[in-house]
Amino acid sequence: MFRRERSIPLRGSAAALSNNLSVLQLPARDLTHFGVVHGPSAQLLSAAPEGVPLAQRQLHVKEGAGVSPPLITQVHWCVLPFRVLLVLTSHRGIQMYESDGSVMVYWHALDSGDASSVQAMFARGIAASVHFICVGTWSGRILVFDIPAKGPNIVLNEELAGHQTPITDIATERAQGQDGVADMVTADDSGVLCVWRSGPEFTLLTRIAGFGVPCPSVQLWQGIVAAGYGNGQVRLYDAGTGALHIQISAHARTISALDLAPEVGKLLSAAEDTFVHIWKLNRNPESGSIEVEHCHGECISDTQVCGARFCDPGGSSFAVTGYDLAEILRFGSV
Amino acid sequence: MSVRTLPLLFLNLGGEMLYVLDQRLRAQNIPGDKARKVLNDIISTMFNRKFTEELFKPQELYSKKALRTVYDRLAHASIMRLNQASMDKLYDLMTMAFKYQVLLCPRPKDVLLVTFNHLDSIKGFIQDSPTIIHQVDETFRQLTEIYGSLSAGEFQLIRQTLLIFFQDLHIRVSTFLKDKVQNSNGRFVLPVSGPVPWGIEVPGVIRVFNDKGDEVKRMEFRHGGDYVAAHKEGSFELYGDRVLKLGTNMYSASRPVETHMSATSKNSASRAQENIAPNPLAKEELNFLARLIGGMEIKKPSGPEPGFRLNLFTTDEEEEHAALSRPEELSYEVISIQATQDQQRSEELARIMEEFEMTEQPERNTSKGDDLLAMMDRL
Repeated sequence: MFRRERSIPLRGSAAALSNNLSVLQLPARDLTHFGVVHGPSAQLLSAAPEGVPLAQRQLHVKEGAGVSPPLITQVHWCVLPFRVLLVLTSHRGIQMYESDGSVMVYWHALDSGDASSVQAMFARGIAASVHFICVGTWSGRILVFDIPAKGPNIVLNEELAGHQTPITDIATERAQGQDGVADMVTADDSGVLCVWRSGPEFTLLTRIAGFGVPCPSVQLWQGIVAAGYGNGQVRLYDAGTGALHIQISAHARTISALDLAPEVGKLLSAAEDTFVHIWKLNRNPESGSIEVEHCHGECISDTQVCGARFCDPGGSSFAVTGYDLAEILRFGSV
Repeated sequence: MSVRTLPLLFLNLGGEMLYVLDQRLRAQNIPGDKARKVLNDIISTMFNRKFTEELFKPQELYSKKALRTVYDRLAHASIMRLNQASMDKLYDLMTMAFKYQVLLCPRPKDVLLVTFNHLDSIKGFIQDSPTIIHQVDETFRQLTEIYGSLSAGEFQLIRQTLLIFFQDLHIRVSTFLKDKVQNSNGRFVLPVSGPVPWGIEVPGVIRVFNDKGDEVKRMEFRHGGDYVAAHKEGSFELYGDRVLKLGTNMYSASRPVETHMSATSKNSASRAQENIAPNPLAKEELNFLARLIGGMEIKKPSGPEPGFRLNLFTTDEEEEHAALSRPEELSYEVISIQATQDQQRSEELARIMEEFEMTEQPERNTSKGDDLLAMMDRL
């Protein structure tokens, strides 16, 4: 069971974007960082365990040439083994900051070269894998940046082709020393998923076909790909084979965010139908098949949920943002 | 965001404008022939070929203020005049109605059905003018051509762009409050019952597949909503049953136009911020306005037909009161142009502003917004 806890006020309401909440847990300092996109600005704030906001900062898009102020598409903390960076994507490019958002260490402008005038150009979908940060783009390409242990000497290492429509989300999992194991999955607007193996050169392992429905959010846990779709479905695939194991008619509207609590294999699904559900994933040790169990459902009344994240690796607390709502709602288990 | 959003935004807001005007024309007992002329003139301006050509060009959305200027112009395309308070109220009703429709849209693609509902009703307003009907049908054809082939992902981007445009707008509308579709804090009620969107299964089922892809097990879980299956999809054809009711005329003789003019205090901060922030883009917005409004054919009220004033309020006193008591953060009055640090640009802006001043019309109580409109007259 979960109970609503004290919510955290925001200076601006959350924009109607999927995956519009990033959470960075800092257990050593007893702090949690939250990042939410308002539209032309994004807000970062840190909060003590009781939800008391301590510090906040607003970030904007670097360049402002154009008719209206450029919109931010996502903010996300990338936890590398040696460094934490905050990545902000927008309709202009990609900005990387030190984890507190104080110093911008890298700027990558999007190249409009191959964009036709009828297509909006943007970057969206952010994830870290070993010493790489991967960012998706409107064209379907994924940019792989090599991140040094410190300093601003970030280089674009590779561009991955595999998608034909705009990238929606990227998920990674730290591979436990096994060679050839899938450790990244990318999703796009047509619902196509690509499963990758990271390395000096990334390898495409499997391509999971779409069915004309966007896949706004994706997660990866112990070789299980969890994908949330525009038709409210959550599908669980085997990352190695790409085979569909479980299909859940989970929500009545498009899914806006998925998250995973890696220690326990709990999956959180949030949707525009005002519901958040928590699931328990399991890999049967004998048959190797994927199993799922529904644990909890929460209705966030009159709120089109646009972001949701667990706030601890054990999945005993989570936070939710909603379109037009100027607060982060928090829930803790009782 | 999506560069395909403006036509949908403009046509739906225009449709809502016509609903309100139609209702007020009746309520104010405007003679039938005059009322018909007003609606015909506005509709023919809205669907003018040159204007829709500009409208359908891929482009970004502009600020609420810039768009407000376009509707100000459109509402005055005939022999009818609205003063500031009535125009404010009209724009509030239009924007909140379409925000509600976008928010409640079952699938992102259904914003197209909402648009078709508006076009269907608009055709019903046209009296004795096959030419104007043809203009509307032509726009319908353009919509089908452009939007018919867009993917679900592109429609989702359009919907997100529209929602960002309407973000932080929480004006309470008494029709919505009475129908219990809006809460007293200005937020809309999102139902968790009724039919699910077409193509979505009623939530609550888990299917398990084996390695061969065969379904081997089916389980259920409690979703918490109380949904039923969708019985049919709305028609995207020129004539057809749209199924969806969003975008149809919600006003009638028994449901008059009313508003409470209040924003929730919590949002005034972020709104104020938007207003104070220097806007170095004003010039590009002006270019947009010039292009768009330049395509409008405005009939001067100086013809043989005498003009009249339409009041969105029951009495003139109410209208005056509304003008005085309108919260500052909801003010649209002026398209503000603020000089930037950039020397060259600020000189350019100063020149544009001078041009405005030259066009000042002494007989009108001019604000900068009026100046802009006056300038547009010369285009």
